[in-house]
Amino acid sequence: MSDLAALLERAPAPPDGAPADAPPSPPTPVAPAWGQAVLVAALVAIDPAGLGGVRVRSQAGPVRDRWLTHLRAFLPPDLPVRRVPLGIAEGRLLGGLDLAATLQAGKPIAERGVLADADGGLLVLAMAERLTAGTAAQLAAVLDRHEVMAERDGFTLRTPARCGMIAFDEGLSEDERPPGALLDRLAFRLDLDPIRLRETEGEPLPAEAVLAARERLATVTTPDTAFESLSAAAHALGIDSVRGPLLALKAARASAALFGRDGVDADDLTLAARLVLGPRATRLPAESPDTVPDPPEPPPEPPDGEPPPDAEDEPATEEPPLDDLVLEAARAAIPEGLLAMLKLGATRGTADAAGRAGAVKQGNGRGRPAGTRRGDPKSGQRLNVLETLRSAAPWQPIRRQGRSRTGRRPVRVEVRRDDFRITRIKHRTATTTIFVVDASGSAALQRLAEAKGAVELLLADCYVRRDQVALIAFRKAAAELLLPPTRSLVRAKRSLAGLPGGGATPLAAGIVAATTLAEDVRRRGHAPVVVLLTDGKANIGHDGRPGRPQAQADAETAGRALRLAGHTALLVDTAQRPSDKARRLADAMGATYLPLPYADARSLSQAVSLAAEAG
Amino acid sequence: MHPMRAPFPFTAIVGQEEMKLALQLTAIDPTIGGVLVFGDRGTGKSTTVRALAALLPKMQAVIGCPYNCPPEQPFDQCPVCTGGHDGGHLKPGEVPVPVVDLPLGATEDRVVGALDLERALTQGEKAFEPGLLARAHRGFLYIDEVNLLEDHIVDLLLDVAASGENVVEREGLSIRHPARFVLIGSGNPEEGELRPQLLDRFGLAVDVTTPDDLKTRVEVVRRRDAYERHGADFVARFHDSDDVLRSRILEARERLDAVTVADAVLERASQLCLALGTDGLRGELTLLRAARALAAFTGDAGVEDRHLKAVAPPALRHRLRRNPLDDAGAGVRVERAVAELFGA
Repeated sequence: MSDLAALLERAPAPPDGAPADAPPSPPTPVAPAWGQAVLVAALVAIDPAGLGGVRVRSQAGPVRDRWLTHLRAFLPPDLPVRRVPLGIAEGRLLGGLDLAATLQAGKPIAERGVLADADGGLLVLAMAERLTAGTAAQLAAVLDRHEVMAERDGFTLRTPARCGMIAFDEGLSEDERPPGALLDRLAFRLDLDPIRLRETEGEPLPAEAVLAARERLATVTTPDTAFESLSAAAHALGIDSVRGPLLALKAARASAALFGRDGVDADDLTLAARLVLGPRATRLPAESPDTVPDPPEPPPEPPDGEPPPDAEDEPATEEPPLDDLVLEAARAAIPEGLLAMLKLGATRGTADAAGRAGAVKQGNGRGRPAGTRRGDPKSGQRLNVLETLRSAAPWQPIRRQGRSRTGRRPVRVEVRRDDFRITRIKHRTATTTIFVVDASGSAALQRLAEAKGAVELLLADCYVRRDQVALIAFRKAAAELLLPPTRSLVRAKRSLAGLPGGGATPLAAGIVAATTLAEDVRRRGHAPVVVLLTDGKANIGHDGRPGRPQAQADAETAGRALRLAGHTALLVDTAQRPSDKARRLADAMGATYLPLPYADARSLSQAVSLAAEAG
Repeated sequence: MHPMRAPFPFTAIVGQEEMKLALQLTAIDPTIGGVLVFGDRGTGKSTTVRALAALLPKMQAVIGCPYNCPPEQPFDQCPVCTGGHDGGHLKPGEVPVPVVDLPLGATEDRVVGALDLERALTQGEKAFEPGLLARAHRGFLYIDEVNLLEDHIVDLLLDVAASGENVVEREGLSIRHPARFVLIGSGNPEEGELRPQLLDRFGLAVDVTTPDDLKTRVEVVRRRDAYERHGADFVARFHDSDDVLRSRILEARERLDAVTVADAVLERASQLCLALGTDGLRGELTLLRAARALAAFTGDAGVEDRHLKAVAPPALRHRLRRNPLDDAGAGVRVERAVAELFGA
């Protein structure tokens, strides 16, 4: 793992073009994780637009700052590095009407957006885990097309924007992450959180070497085996997107340029596999294909035997075949958490499912623009500048004449209060229904199946209203968020396939998890509706210990907290004979009580729709 | 650095036969009514759609006309073609069929058109500046990530797509102009569903997935990389094959009207739609049109069962009544019905 030091030692002295004063080896031993982070920064600096960029999982702090400082130093000083705050106005991101210039010139003048400003350099996205799917799609389009394309404010904008993106991801859990459309296009993923500040001392890689590599990049050659070995490794690891091997290929070229090689060699390929492919794995290569949704022919062995001419013509290494080396490198780099998940065969939520935090907000976060109307932009309403100018425009000749008649100083554009137009926003709060399902005991499977059916029915029914659905199941000792809020039927189906059931009943934990999620949902501007499916018989307390009375009391305490938070709730009693316990719990929760001993998916979804309307 | 690089050649796209076929069929017969491409990330959805633009045969139009008016029958309010300024200078000619991008975040004024601000401010004139819908007239309107499109823009599109006409009533302007276009959308189903009304506007729907076999995947990566590194050379390599396909599309267009549809085939199409319980007549109509375009493309005199079978999945899969409790994909359900009816 002391890869950087080792690689640097192996690296030949920079050839003619490079400055001679580059130190041959790093001055101090470098911590492996930090060395890798710096290496990634160097590769991105060599080919920012080609590689797309890096997702950097890290809390804000000195380590991240230092990493960014290194990255800046690796770029030629004249290249732009632009920071994009979360929630940037679309006009600033893509470009739009420049108000000051427009008023001064008396005709519409466009202004460049941040994306266009970052042309040639890097864009730094703060809190990328909270990006909306819409913004992510716009960023993704720029990464694909290397230009900004927008139709807004009366302009058709086409501006070159060849840039890489650094997505700072401050998510705390794997569910909080930048939208998948963006992640798919960024070559690298880094996790800086485990790195300590004192491990980041020194200058592990001279900036001159990186700058020289930039120049060399265009001439780096790529052997045929590179395409094959990277594609084969991606295939074996279940990486479906073509961008995986394609970005790995570019990373290998950047690596070859960095180490002063004329062509991509085995070291570059293994490095690229490790940095680019490993983190994207969705299955383990040797695994039997039945844990995988779409089993192709047996993964790794046959491919490298099949195209014999190339594989043997090019003796890249004398030891194991190149394909195996590359695959092994990628495999060794599969992050631990992901590895554990893949080993369990848990294909629920593929490694690269869409971003959660962002996708949730789309569509309704801001309310729905519904045209403009005349009005005064007070009381927090937004002035629509363009429409205001449009309404003022036809009057300009008359107003100009009026001014000159009354001897006032002429102005280019005279805007009066009458002209003000404000954007109308329709707020229809979307509902997020949170199913909390008791997955314990013998009736669990039945209940889960019906809840699953209800989730899917609701989703099939609610996309017009842009409502969302989430599902929490509790059993044994804990509650688990099985389906984060979504309105995608596809994702719901994927997440809900094969739910586990049985075991004890930690009712309190389920209610607490629901309350937390409901708070989160509300912060995002949706109205949460909690639907609890249970028979009300708890037997695991909040502290995780068994014992009926305590468990019951804990459940009611948790229920009261839910009521105090003011969330709409529905308790569906699924017991064969409706009991007092469930009713008492419903009271504590302030929930509508609904005994449905034979809760079937259809009546359940109807009951939920009614409750949501009432709430 | 050349922002306007040539698009990826259509015939260089490896695999993805259903998507390519669907796009070719709408190029042959635009009345089929648009294509929706849904699929995973990194499967070349938007690459393929953009490749279509370069493949389309040119069309006759008045040069410089903002509405792409056909020379023989210009739009009666068109400021260029009706000779409002000087009628003598109308120049009909061959222009590329427009493939207009509707990017996410497009504002309403750019989509439908609005008061020309520059002329209003500088000359005090009330003039209409046509929007994307005018530009897409007689061509294609492409929306990438169509399921993320803002609702109010979707409403506009639905209205215009249904009527073939864009009516603008704003800022004291009152304009109506023809806007007939083929809607092409692409997206990732994980980002969210599409409104059923919008779904219905698409004649054909295709699901794309990553090719399974390694050889194809290596070739995809290789070609994509060659395109990105040596754009012009790579595009030139496929110049001839794109040309051949273009003339095949032209020939198919000429044959289209002569393709016959026997009563038995009509019957089959109805039976298939009935068996699948598709809502409305649109499914049946699209099925027949697509089958006819395919017959014209393959050079057959009449529509046969095999044409129906080939186009049934894209023509019908998005029209099935949703059954969330049936886990089989819509495409599988169509194929099942086809197998039952035609005896596989």
